[in-house]
Amino acid sequence: MAMTATAGHAHADPHHIGLVIEHPGPAPKRIVTAYGFWIFLLSDIVMFSCFFAAYAVLSGQTAGGPKGAEIFEQRNVAIETVCLLLSSFTCGMASIAADVRNRFWFYLSMTVTCVLGLIFLVLEFREFADLIARGYGPSRSAFLTAFFSLVGCHGLHVSAGVLWLLTMMAQVFAKGFRADILRRMTCFALFWHALDIVWVAVFSVVYLLGSAP
Amino acid sequence: MSEQTHGMVKRDLAPGEEEEHSVGARILGYVVGLVLALLLTATSFFIAGTDLVWQPSIPVALIVLAIAQMGVHLVFFLHITTGPDNTNNVLALAFGLLVVFLVVGGTVWIMANLNANMPPMDHIMMRQ
Repeated sequence: MAMTATAGHAHADPHHIGLVIEHPGPAPKRIVTAYGFWIFLLSDIVMFSCFFAAYAVLSGQTAGGPKGAEIFEQRNVAIETVCLLLSSFTCGMASIAADVRNRFWFYLSMTVTCVLGLIFLVLEFREFADLIARGYGPSRSAFLTAFFSLVGCHGLHVSAGVLWLLTMMAQVFAKGFRADILRRMTCFALFWHALDIVWVAVFSVVYLLGSAP
Repeated sequence: MSEQTHGMVKRDLAPGEEEEHSVGARILGYVVGLVLALLLTATSFFIAGTDLVWQPSIPVALIVLAIAQMGVHLVFFLHITTGPDNTNNVLALAFGLLVVFLVVGGTVWIMANLNANMPPMDHIMMRQ
């Protein structure tokens, strides 16, 4: 049945994947925008991989300073991880709410996402401030330089994400669920989920592998 | 208009988008992803501090768990699937992973060899 239905449209199904996608000309703007942002995210991940490579090379170069196992607090990292994971979930809820144009659930999920992101940032900032106060700042050793740049770079991304989140709430408040606002919301959700993926690598490679005796 | 003649016509998906499910099914997808991610995270943190397993296996286990969790995030949160509509996204991801692998793997490999070939630090200091 499907065969007869698609037989006359072989040109629309060049790879014989069994579905006819009829849109002559360029793809819809929604797809082009999100695809472009997906490419940006991948380039961002490539940039993070350079920081990871630097950290992997320098993690043993402590120059007489502290080793990772001496300065990392697992409990702190676990709370940060749970915060980011839950915020990824609520961000997903916000994108569903935006799709069904439900303002209440959109604002609620975005607010929870924002609060969880801020808790993460506060915990990370306190960790950094505590290390610097003990004299273990980024200039102490090559290991600490690599640590602060990698984790700090992720923290900067989360800060930018929180600002973007507030912008999205303001835009939905002022302009409603317009097509262009929904495109931006798609990009924001992609960004936030990608940050969570980077954090998975950070807590596994830096904190858990680093605190092995 | 052509919905009836072509039963399999459907709309294109953007990266991060899902096929048209009901709201309940979409929420369920995120819940499953969250539960899996939390389980993998808990396992990672447990494995890192335990004496129950053979110690040299711990770094390998942590890396495997991390890759598994990234996969969970990609599938349940970013909705990267193997569907025909996702080919472009998957190809871009594959290229990104290739670059990541070259950068990280290449750096670690080369720098490990450089370190082995370096004279000890006091040797360099004495020559100056």
